[in-house]
Amino acid sequence: MSDAPILSVKNLTTSFLVDGRWKSVVRGVSFDVRQGETVAIVGESGSGKSVTSLSIMRLLAPMSSRIEGEIILNGRDLTKLTDKQMREIRGNEASMIFQEPMTSLNPIFTIGRQISEVLTRHKGMSKTDARAETVRLLEKVRIPNASSRFDEYPHQFSGGMRQRVMIAMALASKPKLLIADEPTTALDVTIQGQILDLIKILQEEEGMSVLFITHDMGVVAEIADRTIVMFRGEQVETGPTEDIFNRGQHPYTRALLSAVPKLGSMQNHKWPTRFPIVDMKTGTAEEPIEISGTVVAEKAPVLKVKNLVTRFPIHSGLLSRQTGAVHAVEDISFDLFQGETLSLVGESGCGKSTTGRSIMRLVQPTSGEILLDGHDVLKLQPAELRSMRKSVQMIFQDPFSSLNPRMSVGTAISEPFIKHKLGTAKQAKEKTADLLEKVGLSADMASRYPHEFSGGQRQRIAIARALALDPKVIVADESVSALDVSIKAQVCNLLLDLQQSLNLAFLFISHDMAVVERVSHRVAVMYLGEIVEIGPRAAVFENPQHPYTKKLMSAVPVPDPARRGIRRGITNDELRSPVRKLDYRPPVRQYRQVSEGHLVQVA
Amino acid sequence: MTVIEQTAPIPEPRQKSRAWRKMRANRGSMAGLFIIAFFAVLAVAAPLLPIPDPVATSWSALRKAPSAAHWLGTDDLGRDIMSRMIWGARASLMAGVISVAIAVAIGVPFGLLSGYFGGWIDQAIQRITEALLAMPFLITAIALAAFLGPSLMNAMIAIGLSAMPIFVRLTRGQVLAVKTEDYVEGARSIGLGHFDIMARYILPNVFAPIIVQATLTVATAIIAEASLSFLGLGQQAPAPSWGSMLNVAKNFLSQAPWMAMWPGLAIFLVVIGFNLLGDGLRDALDPREA
Repeated sequence: MSDAPILSVKNLTTSFLVDGRWKSVVRGVSFDVRQGETVAIVGESGSGKSVTSLSIMRLLAPMSSRIEGEIILNGRDLTKLTDKQMREIRGNEASMIFQEPMTSLNPIFTIGRQISEVLTRHKGMSKTDARAETVRLLEKVRIPNASSRFDEYPHQFSGGMRQRVMIAMALASKPKLLIADEPTTALDVTIQGQILDLIKILQEEEGMSVLFITHDMGVVAEIADRTIVMFRGEQVETGPTEDIFNRGQHPYTRALLSAVPKLGSMQNHKWPTRFPIVDMKTGTAEEPIEISGTVVAEKAPVLKVKNLVTRFPIHSGLLSRQTGAVHAVEDISFDLFQGETLSLVGESGCGKSTTGRSIMRLVQPTSGEILLDGHDVLKLQPAELRSMRKSVQMIFQDPFSSLNPRMSVGTAISEPFIKHKLGTAKQAKEKTADLLEKVGLSADMASRYPHEFSGGQRQRIAIARALALDPKVIVADESVSALDVSIKAQVCNLLLDLQQSLNLAFLFISHDMAVVERVSHRVAVMYLGEIVEIGPRAAVFENPQHPYTKKLMSAVPVPDPARRGIRRGITNDELRSPVRKLDYRPPVRQYRQVSEGHLVQVA
Repeated sequence: MTVIEQTAPIPEPRQKSRAWRKMRANRGSMAGLFIIAFFAVLAVAAPLLPIPDPVATSWSALRKAPSAAHWLGTDDLGRDIMSRMIWGARASLMAGVISVAIAVAIGVPFGLLSGYFGGWIDQAIQRITEALLAMPFLITAIALAAFLGPSLMNAMIAIGLSAMPIFVRLTRGQVLAVKTEDYVEGARSIGLGHFDIMARYILPNVFAPIIVQATLTVATAIIAEASLSFLGLGQQAPAPSWGSMLNVAKNFLSQAPWMAMWPGLAIFLVVIGFNLLGDGLRDALDPREA
């Protein structure tokens, strides 16, 4: 690591033209990135972290944006270059990788062609040389059988593999600086771990500098030498990552860190625990409170799932005959008691969402039994099904698509109450006002429309709506995953409070192990449609038995710089697919009891 | 954490007037409304206005250019063009609006059913729609109008039915996109029936492109009515419509250009008017547009 900065940003201010006026979204940001160093810019949505990176690459629309200050890359001020000179810089001296690996590759060209194009264009290589170099790069990012995959198209690659291709492409021109804008956010946690390891190793091999943009404190702790914390367009704190995490000066830094759920932080807690509330001005935290005694285990479970199977047929061929099936949920059983939170965790495609949707009968299960508050869910006729919906409600992941944009918030919340004829219009109005207050909004917000609210507020509205029928069970499908950390903590606290006051049972579906650890009484780990391990939260997290559970836990980035250097070992295995041939007979699974209520799949 | 979530200022709770206030604030849509209102008032007031009989011919005033006696000139049979324009506005506006209303009233529900339920309902509706789309719009309209018998009303029905498949297709495509939104699934999970979901969750969210298509189709319908009346299937001669006037005028383009100019200008203005109004309506009905 030498002292000369590769990139030096001085007093960067970026403004956008909004309705004829210049509005600054990044104000006075200054930092250096030295050779071989990794600098992370961390912040929540709207903090200006991505705009900063786009400003450096001058990728903002020139007519509606304005960049002031100095951006010196290798001794040249990028703000003074012409567009043509800038094109020579991009993908050559500085490369960028983006968040969404599914859309950042051109689907109609082969992987090999897209990478070798960089080489022929920037390095003036011949076609054969470029091909050889491309294969070398694909090998470098640890893509198996690189030479045979040269002629494949992006759709033949998984998300993690595509991100590797993007990295290979970014490395093609041996850049001095790699800007990575949330490169692992769209990936599953085990794949995220692989990509982070890969970036670290490549950085050592190539000696390049990395500017890493992320919202995830865990990722920062794992990868960054120095960290810049941004908040609403301003740089609130800059320093070595260890200092930021252990001796953060600014109240926002401390507030942000205290809201980050840490895997393993629940070892001394018996019950789900609220997130500590940190005062933004003073930076002091109030003590986290445990929510105890909500579970009513002596009565019959409010939800009982037995041998549930949900498969989706796959049709293909000229006559669209069924040729196989996605075994989304395969023979799972569990109980959920009143006042209890059972979490379903797993990576994409493991069937956790389908389980929730099967219980709601939003999809039709193939077989099994679901007993919900006295209803035999799978045998209900349409009319009974509608009345069953009073007992179970769902909160969705994306607060931006889960509310009808054409319906005012008040109408949306009161609608279930009115449709189920639970009272008069006046009562519905009172109920709506009451629910809005309950979720921490004010009753006079009822006449507003969803677009007028922030993501966290919308999720509160969705929760209010789900509560309108006084359900006993709430299926929360990734309900806090799309929210910023501080908002996520607030909404989790709200759910815990509601559980205490209304004695709700939650089926909490999430991929976020740290949040799950915080809010659950019991946890079920799903893999390829099956529950591989289920048990009390402490048992599963502190004494994981199944190899997949262990792998999942070790992949979670922990927001503690002291734990850096713990390498997972560079693997590139992928998530397997639950698509099976028509004649596939799932094996009958055996479970071993580890301790009271803690079961693990053995065969 | 006490990061206060930012909230927008609270707007006035007057829900019903929200759309109208937004319309009023939009200059384009008010201009459109003014143009349409202007022609509509003329059409309605035609019998009361001090204008010559639109069908009275005058052999002494064949193809006269605009003058003090005949403000917009006369046509090949010496009829006063201004008078014919005003009376013709009735047929043309009705042909435009009613036939599009028929197309929307039939096409949108079928598109909604097709997209929402899928399966064999979708298959059946789509095959029929494709069969209709395979026939050229005007040919279908002519065939239908001939089958129903010559009159303005039948012409409007024929045009409406011929324009309908486009709306089925458009609606279905939009429904397929909206159907996958979480809020539709949310509506199911609170126990709403199919009708409620379609009427309250899907229809309001697919309306924007339908409004735009409808305003564009008004223009097509006015022209189509002209073609039909040219064949004697629309407005019955000698009663005027802009389309039929334009049709006759094309034979005299070099001798009497005003004959073509006025109906052409009127159709142009009405189409612009409907387009502006449609755009304004689309924005006004969307609560997301400020």
